[in-house]
Amino acid sequence: MSAEELRAAIAAAVLGAEEGFAALLGSVVEVARAIFGARAATIFLLDEETDELVFEAIAGEGAELVGRRLPSNTGLAGFVLVSRQPLVLEEIQNDPRFASDVAESTGYMPQGLMAVPLLYDERALGVLEVLDRPQNSSFSLSELELLALFANQAAIALDLLQRARRARAALDGEGELAAVSRLAAAAESAPREVGLPALEALADLLERVAGTE
Amino acid sequence: MEEALPAWSLPAGAVDGISLPTEWPERVTREWAFGGADGAGVRVCVLDSGITAGHPLVDVERAVKVTVDGNEARVEKDDQGDLSGHGTACTGIVRSLAPACSLTSVRVLGGSKGSGAALIEGLRWAIDEGFAVVNMSLSTTRRQFAPSLHELADRAYFRRTMLVASAHNMPVASFPWRFSSVISVGSHEHDDPFAYYYNPRPPVEFFAHGVDVEAPWLGGGTLRVTGNSFATPHVTAICALILSKHRELTPFQLKSVLFLTARNVATA
Repeated sequence: MSAEELRAAIAAAVLGAEEGFAALLGSVVEVARAIFGARAATIFLLDEETDELVFEAIAGEGAELVGRRLPSNTGLAGFVLVSRQPLVLEEIQNDPRFASDVAESTGYMPQGLMAVPLLYDERALGVLEVLDRPQNSSFSLSELELLALFANQAAIALDLLQRARRARAALDGEGELAAVSRLAAAAESAPREVGLPALEALADLLERVAGTE
Repeated sequence: MEEALPAWSLPAGAVDGISLPTEWPERVTREWAFGGADGAGVRVCVLDSGITAGHPLVDVERAVKVTVDGNEARVEKDDQGDLSGHGTACTGIVRSLAPACSLTSVRVLGGSKGSGAALIEGLRWAIDEGFAVVNMSLSTTRRQFAPSLHELADRAYFRRTMLVASAHNMPVASFPWRFSSVISVGSHEHDDPFAYYYNPRPPVEFFAHGVDVEAPWLGGGTLRVTGNSFATPHVTAICALILSKHRELTPFQLKSVLFLTARNVATA
């Protein structure tokens, strides 16, 4: 297999994984919405570099918000993320200024919401929100337990998605893995008498580096 | 309050020196513990997201924020206030149950960066200030902060500062609620702000009113809120009520009074 083929194969695997994990997140919000009989369910991902929350997956109302960003230091989702505490709020419309802030982050004015942090190991990766479960039933702690179970599943998917994205960035970017992959491609396209020793030297170097770790 | 010498041992002649000022009743009842109390004279601190200014249900004596820049922590007047509503709710719940206590809001949250360091510095400040009760409806999952938090929790315990911290129901380790020198609080489903239960199967030690709690929020109104975050300030307020009648109680004694007056213990 040529270096270019190898790189293409890794990229395809990473890309496929990324799509798969994104689909899993989509499925988690769909199921959360269905189980709670809610109007919408959303997963926010924390972008640590910009300190923003990104709409990663949405089922139901507000689906057009996917990809939008919010600062992590305002609003309820940001608080849930930082405090690690799940919360349920109802009768949001009784507090109009807050309700309009919430509408900013949901695309419409919900009456109630449940929010739970997505925790994986010791990191908080994001937040799962379920909007407008039926108001006629009074809230029970077993619902919060159920939401926590979903959150655990979503956190695992989110962790895998982040790993896949980092792997792709390493292949595409300016990092060492990308440099090695470009170097291998360049050596291979060079005339055989130059390229072959160059490739062997590269393989030897990689082996020695790996051996010293 | 400070001892002249640390009491490492008890010589025979010194027994009279540690006689307890409180006359303990034969049976500790809720009436004895906090009947008629309003929290007067007890200083309570809420470490959270700050408070929204001017809410009629949330008046505090002082509102400060903690910022950490490198190794330097600063505590200064908080002009920005609460951006999430959570701190306003927790502070308002304490106020509703302990109307005469003195309340200080310390904003330690405002963004995902540096929040663990701000939490630690806020707690350190609260202990140095000598608050009687500190409400912490929050936790961190970062293990790097656990040793400092643990040390501070123990320091608070021996300095008569009672830390009351929210437990959480997720499958990860978080702090400081798991430390035995704090009171950890989960939720029950009964609609009674003064009902609390002792849990014989820790680490969660007490359950308090945390489902469908009416609490002040950002826009000057109230919402119905659910979560251990909101059960915790109920216990904080009850601690303030007990201390306003029995000022000399240590955290160990205070926890014991809570145990003896818990609904599943007192009426068993």
